Amino acid sequence: MPTTPTIEQTVEQVLALASAHFKVPRAELSPDDDFFKKLGISSLQVLDLLTRVESHFGIELPDYELQGVSDFRTLAQRIQARL
Amino acid sequence: MKAFDGATISWGSTEGVVELALHKTPCNEIGSQTLDELEKFVDALDSVLTAHALIVHSTVPAGFSAGADLRELYHRSQALPANERVAAVRDFIERIHKVMNRLDACPLTTIAAVHGVTFGGGFELALACDLIIADKTARFCFPELRLGLIPGFGGIPRLKRDLGNAVVRDLLLTGRSVNATKAQNVGLVSQLAGEGEALRMARATAAQIGKFDRQTSATAKQFIKQIPREELRREIEIFCELFTRPAVEAGLRKFVESSDALPYLP
Repeated sequence: MPTTPTIEQTVEQVLALASAHFKVPRAELSPDDDFFKKLGISSLQVLDLLTRVESHFGIELPDYELQGVSDFRTLAQRIQARL
Repeated sequence: MKAFDGATISWGSTEGVVELALHKTPCNEIGSQTLDELEKFVDALDSVLTAHALIVHSTVPAGFSAGADLRELYHRSQALPANERVAAVRDFIERIHKVMNRLDACPLTTIAAVHGVTFGGGFELALACDLIIADKTARFCFPELRLGLIPGFGGIPRLKRDLGNAVVRDLLLTGRSVNATKAQNVGLVSQLAGEGEALRMARATAAQIGKFDRQTSATAKQFIKQIPREELRREIEIFCELFTRPAVEAGLRKFVESSDALPYLP
């Protein structure tokens, strides 16, 4: 039976996902970074990130749960609550 | 069918397949210019006697369509005296309903090949088609309640016709977006495509459809796909009633003036 990843592991997976998709070196991304600024993305691209997060983790994450969320760590916490 | 290359859409026909491409940046917002061209398209479609399939797709990277052009709706409305605004909105809604109804009832088998943002009126355009083939980047959403409105391009009656009422309530009442996998799981999407593959899959599907007798396909479609005319009329009335409320003007203004990074999210 697969075990639930720790929050640190989830944060790391989110950072790796964002790095790979938005072509930003992983070393330049930190858990508390503002992903809008760091990835240089718009609201429409956030939806793209959301789709990739849902696909990667096999979850549904309603977009209203992203309201007010702009850093990778909080995003990972929202994901973690659904794993 | 004579090819057309407009400001917001283009179309052409080859080997019995008509392709309608949406190409207005940033994300195919549907305003008066798109409506004018869509009306030309459905008129032209009436003269197509030999094609068997229609594919609707977008060439814009952000997605299939973000829906109604809310900025144009707001600014056009503000330019009119208060007592003329509802009549202008009603005229637009009546016209777009006619386009959607003609697409819905079109004797060709119609396929929406969607990717990325497929929101509001864009979602409703896809719902007027017989089949939806979705790229895995596609997201579907009815964000209208955030503006104090209901979807106005016929989406709710069509979604209710095609899926269970609980799915409609989930999408309508929460305003959340769902991804293509979820959309396939609930029966909205017929085929799930890899990234960038939806149009190719739609063409392959259209080629398969071309093996069937055109008249038989049209008869089968007419038998199975009824247009919910009474509910569509009611939708127009409710939309126009809601449009008179101050909350709508406030919601539209908030959207238009928003510097929020997430104007499409609740």
